[in-house]
Amino acid sequence: MNATTERLIQLALLVAVLGGWQLGVVLGVIDVFFFPAPVDIFNQVVAWVTNAGFYVHVTTTLTETVLGYLIGTGLGVAAGVWLGLSRSAARILDPFIKCLNAVPRVVLAPIFVLWLGLGLWSKVALAVTLVFFVTFFNAMQGVREVNPVVLANARLLGASRPDLLRHVYFPAAASWILSSLRTSVGFAVVGAIIGEYLGSSAGLGHLIAQAEGNFDAVGVFAGILVLAVFVLLIDSILDVAEKRLIKWRPNVAEKPA
Amino acid sequence: MALAIVKETTVQPRSASKPMVCVDAVTMSFGDFVAVENVDLTVADGEFLTIVGPTGCGKSTILNAVAGLLKPASGTVSIDGAPVRGVRNDIGYLFQQDALLPWKTALENVELGPLFKGMGAAERRERATTWLAKVGLKGFEDRYPHQLSGGQRKRVQMAQALISGPKVILMDEPFSALDIHTRHLMQNELLRLWQEERRAVVMITHDLEEAIALGDRVVVLAAGPRSRVIDSFPVALERPRDVAEIKLDQRFTDLYRNIWSSLRGEVEKSYERHD
Ligand SMILES: Nc1ncnc2c1ncn2[C@@H]1O[C@H](COP(=O)(O)OP(=O)(O)O)[C@@H](O)[C@H]1O
Ligand SMILES: [Mg+2]
Repeated sequence: MNATTERLIQLALLVAVLGGWQLGVVLGVIDVFFFPAPVDIFNQVVAWVTNAGFYVHVTTTLTETVLGYLIGTGLGVAAGVWLGLSRSAARILDPFIKCLNAVPRVVLAPIFVLWLGLGLWSKVALAVTLVFFVTFFNAMQGVREVNPVVLANARLLGASRPDLLRHVYFPAAASWILSSLRTSVGFAVVGAIIGEYLGSSAGLGHLIAQAEGNFDAVGVFAGILVLAVFVLLIDSILDVAEKRLIKWRPNVAEKPA
Repeated sequence: MALAIVKETTVQPRSASKPMVCVDAVTMSFGDFVAVENVDLTVADGEFLTIVGPTGCGKSTILNAVAGLLKPASGTVSIDGAPVRGVRNDIGYLFQQDALLPWKTALENVELGPLFKGMGAAERRERATTWLAKVGLKGFEDRYPHQLSGGQRKRVQMAQALISGPKVILMDEPFSALDIHTRHLMQNELLRLWQEERRAVVMITHDLEEAIALGDRVVVLAAGPRSRVIDSFPVALERPRDVAEIKLDQRFTDLYRNIWSSLRGEVEKSYERHD
């Protein structure tokens, strides 16, 4: 099957689902209280997008996501590299890490609100707890799986311990971290949105929570649609970033050598 | 300096030079397993020593002791008179496996030694470029290891190991993963580079032809465990040599027959033990 046919089928499917849905609403088969008409959702999105106030929400969520990602990754890499290098520290801390990782992050949201208030930082904190572990485990794995021959070679060439960290351990860990880039950014978004949803004054999660509070199904659906596009945009940026950053690897899907 | 039993009575080539590598009564073990026992070896400055022995007899283990990657259970290793304690940076080591840093380009890989020794960026870049050209890789500076063929990667590794002018060059079956034509090319290349600036070389190989074609002396190790040096054969073939042509020389074939009669028994023993 060629690409054009596939595209046409995709388009037909979309039209069929949305058209059927809209038709159901018009005929009164579908209750708009639960499933608002696609046209109304679309109009709501347009209304938001054309309103300058909407972008405050987008920037808020974006800021929380980016901060959560950067802080979480930074801490995760530092901890992962450290525990990857020090077997004894890893063994001692292992049960604590397992326990912490077992805590469902959502239940931490109220605690963060208590500690950090309803503003930006409680959301960032939630995102950090989600991102940290993904990066941490990947960085630790990356350091542990450094090819021993490559390592011995670097040492024989005269690498000191800081040299090894910079030229061997970090690059080896980096490829593992980059391979988990998608997952961790996804988690950062989830952390930010859940935090906003549970209590905030701005952000896409706040938008959805507000609509829900007013039994405004159109608003909830429109919010979900906006979020999906938001994540897709971030994803396509990462696509480019990943290709540029791991150009030394034969195949991005492959494990690092 | 107890030398391995020298069977032939010929004098050592370049016997006037001082000893560069001394392996003195070295025993290497992994837990209870004694891989090699009581090994004595001396490599003169500028001498090309090749070591042959059955698989698993402890060749790599001895080389790693010389490199300081492994610590002997007893005995001492010294390089240029100084005892080896841990990894040192005045040796060049050529691994059998790919040992290049996959996230660095060919040029960056060759630069590593000078970089770790604190040389300035411009100077080490220039040196590395020269060395890449020396091993025939001009124009490949910006390729990553995965963009090079096996033979090209080996060339980069050679430049990387030799750029700092090491006192001793250690090689662990460096060409065994290459196809036969590439191997001949690389062997000649190695001889050419070595001829320019003679260093002490210890090369391990399981290929007896390679051992004779390249070496000044061939040492035979016994089958493991508790392997030791059983024979040492001087190779009195003049240099420069061409590895493909030298194999047709009568003296080469005689020497081959001699060494093989010594090695053969050990290879057979080694097979029996592992079956
Ligand atoms: N890290 C290790 N732990 C335990 N045994 C080892 C280790 N490395 C090598 N050996 C054993 O020591 C012997 C010599 O190994 P090696 O030096 O690699 O042999 P080769 O002559 O093939 O290079 C082998 O029997 C091998 O199984
Ligand atoms: Mg070996």
